[in-house]
Amino acid sequence: MISLLLIIVPLVGAVIAAAWPDNRTRPWLLPAFGLVHVVVSFWLFVAPPEVAPGAWIGFDALARAVLPVVSLLFLICAAYGVSYLRIRSERPNRAFVSLLLAILGLLSAGHQARHLGILWITTEAVTLATVPLLHFNGTPRAFEATWKFLLVGGTGIALSLLGSFCLGYASLHGGGEGDLTFAALTAQGAGLSRPWVLAAWLLLLVGYGTKMGIAPMHTWKPDAYGEAPSIVGAILAGGVTTVAFTAILRVRAVVGAAGEGAVADRTLLVIGSFSMLVAALFLLGTRDFKRMLAYSSVEHMGILSFGAALGGAGVAAALFHVWSNGLTKGALFLSAGNIRRAAGSPSMDDVRGMSVVTPRSAAIFVAGMFAVTALPPFGPFFSELQVVRAALAGGHTAATAIFLGCLLLAFFGMTRVVFGIVDGRPRPSTRLNGKRFAETAGVIAPPLLLLGLSLWLGLFTPAILREAWSAAVVMLYPNP
Amino acid sequence: MSPGILNILIGVAMGLNLIALASSRLPSLIRAMSLQGVVLGMMPLFMGHESLDWRVAAVAVATMVGKGVIIPSLLRRAMRAANIEREIEPFLGYVPSMMVGAGGTIAAVALARALPLLPEHAETLLVPGAIASILTGFILLIGRVKAISQVCGYLILENGIYLFGLLLIHSTPLLVESGILLDVTVGVFVIGIIVDRIQRAFDSLDTRKLTTLRE
Repeated sequence: MISLLLIIVPLVGAVIAAAWPDNRTRPWLLPAFGLVHVVVSFWLFVAPPEVAPGAWIGFDALARAVLPVVSLLFLICAAYGVSYLRIRSERPNRAFVSLLLAILGLLSAGHQARHLGILWITTEAVTLATVPLLHFNGTPRAFEATWKFLLVGGTGIALSLLGSFCLGYASLHGGGEGDLTFAALTAQGAGLSRPWVLAAWLLLLVGYGTKMGIAPMHTWKPDAYGEAPSIVGAILAGGVTTVAFTAILRVRAVVGAAGEGAVADRTLLVIGSFSMLVAALFLLGTRDFKRMLAYSSVEHMGILSFGAALGGAGVAAALFHVWSNGLTKGALFLSAGNIRRAAGSPSMDDVRGMSVVTPRSAAIFVAGMFAVTALPPFGPFFSELQVVRAALAGGHTAATAIFLGCLLLAFFGMTRVVFGIVDGRPRPSTRLNGKRFAETAGVIAPPLLLLGLSLWLGLFTPAILREAWSAAVVMLYPNP
Repeated sequence: MSPGILNILIGVAMGLNLIALASSRLPSLIRAMSLQGVVLGMMPLFMGHESLDWRVAAVAVATMVGKGVIIPSLLRRAMRAANIEREIEPFLGYVPSMMVGAGGTIAAVALARALPLLPEHAETLLVPGAIASILTGFILLIGRVKAISQVCGYLILENGIYLFGLLLIHSTPLLVESGILLDVTVGVFVIGIIVDRIQRAFDSLDTRKLTTLRE
């Protein structure tokens, strides 16, 4: 029952934050509850509990393989949040702090959900809790982004509910009880009604794919990531998208048990490659460095989907990539936030010479960009290498060629934007603005730490992590 | 199972879809949507096998109150705050959208015949009703420009999914049903707040003005 603490503790924190009277000290609740969450999740990671097969919520092998990195990312972003909210002390942060903690609790519930209904409820609740965070800045652009997020995300989530019902009906039509736990659905296996399983797969892939932000359901992402505070972007890109990804993995296991795994893998491969291609093309065109991060996220969600299509070895690589991408993206978002504040604009048309104005953040941003475009020895290089190996071992030569081609295009696109804003002589107005936002330890240490973790993950991937990823693969593919 | 009454209710809900598509005034659109919510809420009462299960009754009451009272009153408040009464220039006109909706309803009935359904479900209109409502929701989402009309479209889409969910009513636990309903209600509440903020920031609820963010 310790695993329930992961859900309850942050939700209690959210209530306390909502009742906390002081705007100046309230942000400290973020790292305080984040720390408790990290301690509990890593404790469970080292000593995984027994999960009853029929349990609706439990710290199972898949939750163990992913949830700790979400927790870690949250804690580091929370530490950044204290400094960030001090800079933005003119805005009330009651809703911001409270909802961030609520999101942590709901994400923990979503990662541990072993019932389709619970999974849907938590994902929808996370979507709704994100909304006020997106328009924290209160600008018309932020409201526009929020509206698009609500409409696209809401429709996606509605379709995933329809898909959940279809999967339930597949069980009912096949003579089952209509029990929506993943264990019961997998146990029914070939007894599930095939046409309904396929309909459910399509709807759930589109629905949770919208939440994850794979193309062509990614349209909310550039707007939301571009306008939201960077700490929110980091948590969305590293935490919220992963819950949708594990949802797809869980559903994929049911579809596999029903005997349609080959169809599911083919759709994942196509949609993954398509996401990478779309993201690479937009990366070549965008001029806004926060929107660039959103397209990079679309690309990496494509890599996850690509990996998930390749069977056991591919899924293990994708879980590795969840870790390496989450940590690296966090470093990029937080340093981009520092640069954006000092530069006063997100567009490379207005911004240049940031290596002079914000030298430390610019250095982290450049290093993070190289890390995320898979330069060794950072984490993403090794996880993407594993995806490529799994693809070649599976005989997907053409798909691998597309994969590598898209990585190259993304590299060109990102270096173009990043060096465009880092190089050159800064404008006088930027210099003045940059003086207002000093690079204190509070805003430099968190992204630096995330970058360091990404490097550490690449160089010394701990054996226990590899073991956790393989355990999750065994759970998803019981008889390979 | 009494398919007679249930089918009449679903028929009413399908008719309300067409009324929603034909309404140019927002109050009548909201009324059609909330009436549909009440009709949907009544359906579980006519799906019991012999005796009425208290849990089914609870879902029914919660749905009627949520979809029929709370959500519409939230939307009416947003509408009054924004001071708008009607949709002036929809992307898709009222007559064309009604034609598409009617055609879609007929297609939904035909399509449902082709789907593999259990015998006790094949004699009800649940699946065609669900498909028709989902289609109506999409037409409103795409074809209208005022934020409130789009929200109504979204809710009719949800109603369609609810209709489909009724197939599973005897196997879905109450906790899940109520969680879903709670999420939908909170969702509309959040949307209401955003609509209010958009109104203040843009001085309009015309979503065509939301075009700053693009490549």
